[in-house]
Amino acid sequence: MRVDSVEKLDRLRDDYRKAIDTQKKRIAVCLGPGCLAMGSDVILKEFKKVLADKKIKDVTVESVKKTGCHGFCARGPLVVIEPEGIFYTRVKKNHVADIVEKTLINGEIISKLLYIDPQSKKQITDYREIPFYSHQQRISLRNVGQIDPDSIGDYISSGGYSAMAKALTSMTSQEVIDEVTKSGLRGRGGAGFPTGRKWETCAGVESDTRYVICNGDEGDPGAFMDRCIMEGDPHSVLEGMIICAHAIGSRQGYIYVREEYPLAVINLQTAIDAAREYGFLGENILGTGLNFDIKISRGGGAFVCGESSALMKSVAGEVGEPRAKYIRSVVKGLRDQPTVLNNVESFATVPVILNKGGEWFASVGTKKSTGTKAFSLAGKINNTGLIEVPMGVTLREIIYDIGDGIPKGRKFKAVQTGGPSGGCLPEDKLDLPVDFDTLTEAGSMMGSGGMVIMDDRTCMVEVARYFLEFLVFESCGKCVPCREGLYQLYRLCTKICEGEATEDDLESMERLSKTIQIGSLCGLGQSGPNPFISTVKYFRDEYLAHIRDKKCPGGVCRKLITYRINDKCTGCLACLDVCPVDAITGKKKEIHVINTEICDRCGACYAVCTFDAIDIE
Amino acid sequence: MEHDINKIREVISRSPADPSSLITVLQDIQREFHYLPCEALKETAKALYVPLSKVFSASTFYNAFSLTPRGENIIRVCQGTACHIRGADQLLEQLEIGLKIKAGQTTPDMKYTIEIVNCVGACAMAPVMIVNNKYHANVRCDRAMRLVKRG
Repeated sequence: MRVDSVEKLDRLRDDYRKAIDTQKKRIAVCLGPGCLAMGSDVILKEFKKVLADKKIKDVTVESVKKTGCHGFCARGPLVVIEPEGIFYTRVKKNHVADIVEKTLINGEIISKLLYIDPQSKKQITDYREIPFYSHQQRISLRNVGQIDPDSIGDYISSGGYSAMAKALTSMTSQEVIDEVTKSGLRGRGGAGFPTGRKWETCAGVESDTRYVICNGDEGDPGAFMDRCIMEGDPHSVLEGMIICAHAIGSRQGYIYVREEYPLAVINLQTAIDAAREYGFLGENILGTGLNFDIKISRGGGAFVCGESSALMKSVAGEVGEPRAKYIRSVVKGLRDQPTVLNNVESFATVPVILNKGGEWFASVGTKKSTGTKAFSLAGKINNTGLIEVPMGVTLREIIYDIGDGIPKGRKFKAVQTGGPSGGCLPEDKLDLPVDFDTLTEAGSMMGSGGMVIMDDRTCMVEVARYFLEFLVFESCGKCVPCREGLYQLYRLCTKICEGEATEDDLESMERLSKTIQIGSLCGLGQSGPNPFISTVKYFRDEYLAHIRDKKCPGGVCRKLITYRINDKCTGCLACLDVCPVDAITGKKKEIHVINTEICDRCGACYAVCTFDAIDIE
Repeated sequence: MEHDINKIREVISRSPADPSSLITVLQDIQREFHYLPCEALKETAKALYVPLSKVFSASTFYNAFSLTPRGENIIRVCQGTACHIRGADQLLEQLEIGLKIKAGQTTPDMKYTIEIVNCVGACAMAPVMIVNNKYHANVRCDRAMRLVKRG
């Protein structure tokens, strides 16, 4: 069915909206990456099966739908029942019949599936009242977790493609660019370059061909916002790209998706096919004369391909090596043509900016970092998941109000932001507002929005070693300071972890870091030493403890620790079974003993002990 | 290992015969054979008008490609930051001991390959292990081998 005018689109939206009776019960099963890993696909099937068997009036198989990530991954699998917003957590297959019987038929709430607020110890029925959600403001994630990503109808009925219609029919290219500029939107991929200025420059370059590229190569470990948008609301990305195509005058767009996200590729392709069928992609979009199409380009599993110039080479079928930055990709990008490259989240935000106005967007957040930002919370934090907050909230609000602090009552040590190019911030930086400039000043960076929280059982030297190992592996090898320098940095860091280093080594590392920063072409190399620099800046004591005292305060570095069993041991044999070197002896119901001569300190016993009976010294 | 040359050609012919299809073609070959056989690289070079050296360069640059055959069951252990902090190393170690191979290797009976990946974007459920595309969340190291054997 082709939609060739705005009137037809409006009619279609009305039809879709009428089809959804907001009074009737609707069941949304989260199929985001977290819930899916916990088996939510089985729950979805079970709902369909039970509802098909039961034949209840008003609640049919059509009443249950899958959605993208709802955000509260720590409590998954999640099931939300609208219109009340009843929020069931940790749902299992055998709960489904109960939910249908009690909640859908009799209108009862099943209290054991509700979320209990750890502060007030009260059960909360409506998810909007849970602190995890009530502190958020969702713009780029507006539909993620709300709509069925495979249904273009769901997207249209939620107001989708109306910004595209507005831009194409009532705004000139320049007006679109002005609106985006007014919004103050800065690139959500990490660097924070003003999106409006990028579009303006590209549109101003003399050329017949221009490209729009969406960067979905979310390579930062610990970040999954873009994945959730591509999987949960793919049409918003397409709409943003179509608006950009109109603004800069492009006929061809690409979405570069990393190899590790197969579901994102499938959902985006479904969305592209549907958009083509409706005439939102292809020739003469909405009868306005705009021709624009989008292709998906799958990545090959190389971190450096998240860098814009490397990504463009990869799209063209070459090895993804970055090039010098003085040639800007808005002037000479993909196939040497002017190219706008933006991140997934940036494109998903654009439709809202056009609908609500640049001024409205600029009124959210801080003066220099406008709007909201999506973050993924992971690591040692109670409420792991996907969130979106206005720029300028503090790290403390994110970690304690939304994230509910550190599990098992342990102490907060650091928060890692910005992926391998970012840094670790300690406790005394928690009251900093989160925006592009403040985080950079503090020695970390916004990055794409991954936040990994670390507790006192994390060794900061080992974290630096981990990131350096990652970067050594991912360095493309073009620039010597990055290829060889990072490797030496990694070796020295390992030496510290093994208790073999001297203070001279630390000094060499600091000198070497400067060389790498100056001597590398791309962002990956220039920011490569950051994990080391930020940890040594804020956690120098920990480095010195490894070097001088041969101790690992976090209890992680194998060569510097010993495991011992204390008298909390119940003699359950769990650690005995898991020990790979048979260093643990003991009988059932008797306290076990670790032979420290044999023990290779792998930590498996510590991981499986549920009685807190293993000490690390 | 011998491969049906016609099958290789069929896979290559799915994409336009143009140098810019290189990565896509290699991805398709990898998916079909679970690695990049030598004959396939030569065929790709011919079909896409790309020097064999460039094909080899791309095959070794991207992590998604392997030049050695992989096992029937692919076990991927996430080594992202969140997984690392929550014990992905112990998890990997248990698998390596259990299957008597190191990460990146395949068991001699060609049944299992252990691979490490740098973050699969399921960080909230760390540590994560993926066995043949099925995600396993919050995997405690002592349960890893059991999950693998179950498939």
